[in-house]
Amino acid sequence: MNKKVPEEDKTIKLLSRTNTFTWQLHDNMTIVLFLLPAFILLSIFLVYPIFRSAYYSLFNWKGFGPAVDYIGLENYTRLLTDNIFLKAVKNGTLIVIFSLVIQLPLAMGLALIVGRNIPGRAFFRAIFFMPYVLSEVITAIMWLILYNPNPRRGFLNAIINIIPNLEPQAWLADTRLVLPAIFVVLTWKYVGFHMLLYITGLQNIPRDIEEAALIDGVNSRQMVTHITLPLLAGTIKTSIYLSIIGSLQVYALVWIMTRGGPVNASEVMSTYMYRYSFVRFELGYGSAVAIIMLLISLTFSVIYLRLTRKAEYVT
Amino acid sequence: MPEQISKKIKNKKKESPVILKYIVLTVAAIFILFPIVMIIFGTLKTRGEFMTVPYTLPIPPNWGNIKRVLTMPIFWYMMRNSVLVMIVTTVGVVVVASLSAFVFSRIEFRRKNMLFNFFTLGLMFPVTVAILPIYLIIRQLNLINSLTGVILVQTAFQLSISIVILRNFFMSVPFELQDAANIDGCNNFGFFWCVLLPLARPSLAAVAALTMVTSWNDLLVPLVLIDKEKLWTLPLGTMQFQGQYGMDLSLVSAFLLLSAIPAIIFYVFAERQLVSGLTAGALKG
Repeated sequence: MNKKVPEEDKTIKLLSRTNTFTWQLHDNMTIVLFLLPAFILLSIFLVYPIFRSAYYSLFNWKGFGPAVDYIGLENYTRLLTDNIFLKAVKNGTLIVIFSLVIQLPLAMGLALIVGRNIPGRAFFRAIFFMPYVLSEVITAIMWLILYNPNPRRGFLNAIINIIPNLEPQAWLADTRLVLPAIFVVLTWKYVGFHMLLYITGLQNIPRDIEEAALIDGVNSRQMVTHITLPLLAGTIKTSIYLSIIGSLQVYALVWIMTRGGPVNASEVMSTYMYRYSFVRFELGYGSAVAIIMLLISLTFSVIYLRLTRKAEYVT
Repeated sequence: MPEQISKKIKNKKKESPVILKYIVLTVAAIFILFPIVMIIFGTLKTRGEFMTVPYTLPIPPNWGNIKRVLTMPIFWYMMRNSVLVMIVTTVGVVVVASLSAFVFSRIEFRRKNMLFNFFTLGLMFPVTVAILPIYLIIRQLNLINSLTGVILVQTAFQLSISIVILRNFFMSVPFELQDAANIDGCNNFGFFWCVLLPLARPSLAAVAALTMVTSWNDLLVPLVLIDKEKLWTLPLGTMQFQGQYGMDLSLVSAFLLLSAIPAIIFYVFAERQLVSGLTAGALKG
């Protein structure tokens, strides 16, 4: 965005800043003083800890005293051959896939309905987005109550009890159902957020394009598939990227609802990392998990930046 | 001609079945509201009623659960801690991020892009991914069991996104304004303070709203950095409370509802700011 200052602006600048040397000094001081607070915070809490962690990941270290038991890459080989970790990676991937094929189309559908001038859109939009401001803790406990296997307490099973031929399910205690059950909660909480992104994207599409298409006799289905969706490509990329990063971040929901169980059926990388780091205090091994997670999110971020930057050049 | 066009457009609109749209919207709204309504019902019932008739309207309402939660000292400790952390974090993020955003939007210098990439590193990974490294550094700094540690970490991780949002806005302020201010004898700080910040109020509000929600709802940072009960924030305390009173679902419901109310009130008043912060952060980041 920061293109070169146009020529005329430069001359004005020269005129106004008569004593160039003093201004230069003043600018330099401003740069240093204004950037310093953020620079310090980011260095101490973002950059330094990551290098520190990379270092500890090469040790067998329980977190007390200095790390002395150097084991090279053993933590990483143990990690990448641990079935539970691989299960966590698989579950994370499944959550991303669910999001892509269920949550995002749902959000898009809602955005297409609510983004237009349909009466009551502000009301519905506000409702759909509300779960986003509730914490994951509140969300998790709320759904824990709904998923209670006893039909006298858990509403879902109460409904199922009414319908003939359906048996109450032990939602969160069933290895096959637990991941879909958690995914429903994730959708409940985040579908509104993705809807909002799409609504913003829709509002940025120039009206004339759609009106021109209407004049050319495009029907509403063609409109969506041939005009609206292609123009939303950038927003869709963003929303996909955010669901991938978000799935790495799912922690509170899973930890509170299932602790990753039953038998690791709902384990995700963050719960795995938490268990090894803060329950078993294997900080060396936990560091290795953290570094792998960092690498994954860095990879996706770089891919995302590449993709979107390219798109920017085209337009 | 224009009339014809608008007629054509109107006809197209009529074609799409509006009732169907409302059905979809209503079903989705029920899905979203349903758990929240259940919590409200649960709150207004006695423990016994919750066990025997959980799905009926709570008539007459029972205020006992709410009273019980409101008279727990621990609830007020949590409320105080959460408010404190949220306010200090928000002020910190707004101040620190706007200073950096000013430099990145208004002053040209060598290696600016490289430095900007460094400042937006936080966009690359969420705090969850880095929580173990953070724990190690906080332990080194002796800030375990202090709200200062929580505030510093939350501030640091909210900086990148806020700098991006504010920089985009600051760049849209015309450069002529800066020159005029300079000619009038205003230095950089004067321009920043007297001209840019007042103009940027909407984007500052958006950044503040985004930070407030993130800080208020954060579980992981306080969970890892705080053991002392008196320093628990609301999400952390809510989780512990559920562990402790898990059997008494109506009391848990009351606790959930009361800890959600500040967020919902905030949402009602700051929805627009929050939405603009979120979309600006996501789409321009």
